[in-house]
Amino acid sequence: MSEQEIDLKRRRLLTGATSVVGAIGVGGVAWPFLSSWSPSARAKAAGAPIDVDISKLENGQLVRVLWRKKPVWIFKRDEQTISNLSALEGELDDPNGTGNSKTQQPPYITESHRSIRPEVAVIVGVCTHLGCSPTYRPEVGAADLGGERWKGGFYCPCHGSKFDLAGRVYSGAPAPTNLVIPPYSFISDTLIRVGVQPDAA
Amino acid sequence: MNKNKNWIDQRFPLTKVWNEHLAEYYTPRNFNFWYFFGSLALLVLVLQLVTGIFLTMHYKPDTATAFASVEYIMRDVNWGWLIRYMHSTGASAFFIVIYLHMYRGLLYGSYKAPRELIWILGMVIYIALMAEAFMGYVLPWGQMSYWGAQVIISLFGSIPFIGPDLLIWILGDYAVGDPALNRFFSLHVIALPLILVVLVFLHIVALHTVGSNNPDGVEIKENKDEGGIPKDGIPFHPYYTVKDIVGVVVFLMLFSAVLFYAPALNGYFLEAANFVEANPLKTPEHIAPLWYLTPFYTILRAIPPILGSQFPGVLAMFAALLILVVLPWLDRSKVKSIRYRSWPYKVALGVFVLSFVFLGWLGMKPVISPEWYVSLAGSIGMEIETALYLILARFFSFCYFGFFVFMPWFTSIGQTKQVPSRLTE
Repeated sequence: MSEQEIDLKRRRLLTGATSVVGAIGVGGVAWPFLSSWSPSARAKAAGAPIDVDISKLENGQLVRVLWRKKPVWIFKRDEQTISNLSALEGELDDPNGTGNSKTQQPPYITESHRSIRPEVAVIVGVCTHLGCSPTYRPEVGAADLGGERWKGGFYCPCHGSKFDLAGRVYSGAPAPTNLVIPPYSFISDTLIRVGVQPDAA
Repeated sequence: MNKNKNWIDQRFPLTKVWNEHLAEYYTPRNFNFWYFFGSLALLVLVLQLVTGIFLTMHYKPDTATAFASVEYIMRDVNWGWLIRYMHSTGASAFFIVIYLHMYRGLLYGSYKAPRELIWILGMVIYIALMAEAFMGYVLPWGQMSYWGAQVIISLFGSIPFIGPDLLIWILGDYAVGDPALNRFFSLHVIALPLILVVLVFLHIVALHTVGSNNPDGVEIKENKDEGGIPKDGIPFHPYYTVKDIVGVVVFLMLFSAVLFYAPALNGYFLEAANFVEANPLKTPEHIAPLWYLTPFYTILRAIPPILGSQFPGVLAMFAALLILVVLPWLDRSKVKSIRYRSWPYKVALGVFVLSFVFLGWLGMKPVISPEWYVSLAGSIGMEIETALYLILARFFSFCYFGFFVFMPWFTSIGQTKQVPSRLTE
């Protein structure tokens, strides 16, 4: 090769081009590693619906079942409890589920008791604040939860959010929205299928 | 002997490194109590690495067997209880040492120019250490492990738009479970320890480039003798290696007292609920992170949801942590050490330390007001709209952020004392 002057412009272009191609290569290799953190095929497959027998459930009694690794509460409400729900509306953030909490329940659940049958509540027991599972506090007038104004509900021990017995959040709580109502349906009077909406079964 | 040394020195700068960083590394001659904590942090790091390696030999990162494998370490593995308690006590000891080390920086202005990079690297170490401690706490798969993970990971879910997808990506599942435990294990035993060791190395390299600060905040390199050696400097080895060993002995006495007589330290180092296996159906009655994370947890709790999102609280929590990084540029004072600072800085530092301690204390409290407050408020007919602890949490959060927000102002007012040109003692 004959001696010639170093072409700096050409050298910069080549350095730049090599760097860009290299960066694309690094990005391409990084993708499989980043993607490996997403749910695996096995994790995705583990979300099947579950059936719950409620024939032995008494008024006020609550059972916790695990659906998609989350606690789901199923409990029975008596008539007094159901009528209390509408009296509470002034203290709730979004009593009708039409505001911030619109996406927290399936579209076919519209009433204030947030259920298919008013006496049976099915609610995902995960606080919408930071994911703790609130405690069931059905006793009316609990002194530590506001005395006479407390009509029973759920209290989150982590950050103090309060929900009523339809899973609706009280105003001023750290939780921004109502609790989630999962899709569910009645297979019979005493058998609930969690994870499948009515008429889809 | 000399022949061997020469043989190595021609191939590796052994003598050069020894001299540059120990035997001929000149350090201010007036180091006091507060200067023990750098070397102690290094000691605890080694302790955690060694005990961690041995725990990994018996631990099983699987939700079905993790809890039982920790019980197995405690009961059946020879000296397993000792190794595990060293590791768990070491975690809290690490944070005690680090907090005192950081406080030293605040006292003597060690973060100020030309040591900004040392401070920033230190902050990155601190944040990495928090992540390391959090993931380590998940591994025993007790109730606190599970629900702590649930809350901390939910923080990421509150980020607008990408939050829910990010959450699933981090967990590798739709809830905290086996994939999360398994990857936290990997990060805890490989990724973060590697990062920590590299960061500590860089922290020390940066320190040795500019040299140590000291309680007078005087640059000893500005006063050198004819040989180019700082007049107020003494070689790190043997002077401070020997002094640090005294610190190590005292530290190990205190460490052993906790390790052998109160390894759970009344719920502060190991929480009672974590001796119960994780149950996704039931949150414990009272959950709180370990003490070293509670100041930031309180700030998170202090912020109410805004526009139907808890993201502002999460933002405030991370801001509380990240604002420390820019400290060198918020401080306008020309004086480094508290000894020569004006009184407004002394007051502000006092308020800051108090608010940090109170925030930490509040983070361990349940959100419900104590009974005496409820009955007091009831007796004077006051409606309790906001819980006592929430009011306090908001007050101290303001104090915490106030320290940084008003720093450019209170570091530029008041009369500072004359800084001497040489070390005083």
